[in-house]
Amino acid sequence: MFKTLADWLAFDVFGLTAESSMGESVHFFIMDITKIFFMLVTIIYIMGLFRSFVSPEKVRTYIQGKSKFAARVLAIVLGAVTPFCSCSSVPLFIGFVEAGIPLGVTFSFLIASPMINEIAVVMLWGMVGWKITALYVASGMVVAFFGGIIMEKFKPERWVEDYVWKIQMGEVQAIEQDNSLPARHRYAFGEVKEIVGRIWKWVIVGVGLGALFHGYFPENWAASLGDANNWLAVPMSVLIGVPLYSNAVGVIPLAEAMLLKGVALGTTLSFMMSIAAISLPELLILRKVIQWQALALFTAIVTVSIMLVGWFFNIIV
Amino acid sequence: MIEVKVLGTGCASCKTTQALIENIAGEHDIEIALEKVEDMAKIMSYGVMSTPGVVINGKVVHAGGIPDKKSILSWLNEA
Repeated sequence: MFKTLADWLAFDVFGLTAESSMGESVHFFIMDITKIFFMLVTIIYIMGLFRSFVSPEKVRTYIQGKSKFAARVLAIVLGAVTPFCSCSSVPLFIGFVEAGIPLGVTFSFLIASPMINEIAVVMLWGMVGWKITALYVASGMVVAFFGGIIMEKFKPERWVEDYVWKIQMGEVQAIEQDNSLPARHRYAFGEVKEIVGRIWKWVIVGVGLGALFHGYFPENWAASLGDANNWLAVPMSVLIGVPLYSNAVGVIPLAEAMLLKGVALGTTLSFMMSIAAISLPELLILRKVIQWQALALFTAIVTVSIMLVGWFFNIIV
Repeated sequence: MIEVKVLGTGCASCKTTQALIENIAGEHDIEIALEKVEDMAKIMSYGVMSTPGVVINGKVVHAGGIPDKKSILSWLNEA
């Protein structure tokens, strides 16, 4: 359906040819942009209807008092399924500290949450297939698991701002929810408006870059990036990815184009993860609760783990 | 006078929520005293971890995300 529309618009209406760079780019752009917006709206709406899923308050209660291993696994799984906005990371951090959840577990949650989310998963599935999606999710979980453990070894407690320890959190109150169908519809519709309103720019930039890459990026460049023996490709793509910030959703079309051009899987996965996992705005927000030494360490650990994942996949695939 | 508090650290959604409540109260001639709570310790003292949160006459009615118009109106009418 999306392909037919793209064929018609790019080749019939605009009169481009499938063989030209321009034609290829435009075709890719139209096909991906329609497909992505369609998928986004559908997924967010359906998720909105079942809104009784986990809130940070519930996540905290689940994790509290579990053994460290169980707590970490739970934190990662919940981090992956909880839709959570980076502006909530400060109260979330404080709430976790207050509940006596180890900092290493909190960091595992903070790594997993932006990297893996239901929207990214469904989109990846739609664009590059379930195998790569499964690999992406698995490696994101591995990075979150070990990233949190290594973070813990450095005793990050000493860097937490003093006031955080002093905050007394009130009893979590049960909020009455209207669970009727019209209320759910209103909520789901609101979510679609809010989330799509927030991320549409990233999607357009991501699809645009993907389209350019698709039409204009010289094959031999992509091939050199894609050469698994060229072990520098992974750190290079990660170093480019870390300062770039986009919602995971915006990166997916770019990753799709990279894979189509023959860039190695490990290189592409690490590029995607480095863009989604570490973002300057989130670090600045977290600076309110923890000193920069911890944030630098956090960035370094996540960067290195992502590189390891990239090399691993380039070697085994 | 209904006492309304919007809990949030200043993210875009919190500002939207605040404006939304003001508009709805204005449209329906409901008198409210709206206060924005930005201090993290105070926000947490309400037991809220996901912002924006809404407190009406001391009771938390909402946490996480922008509330929809109908809900806001029903909170104000019931208060």
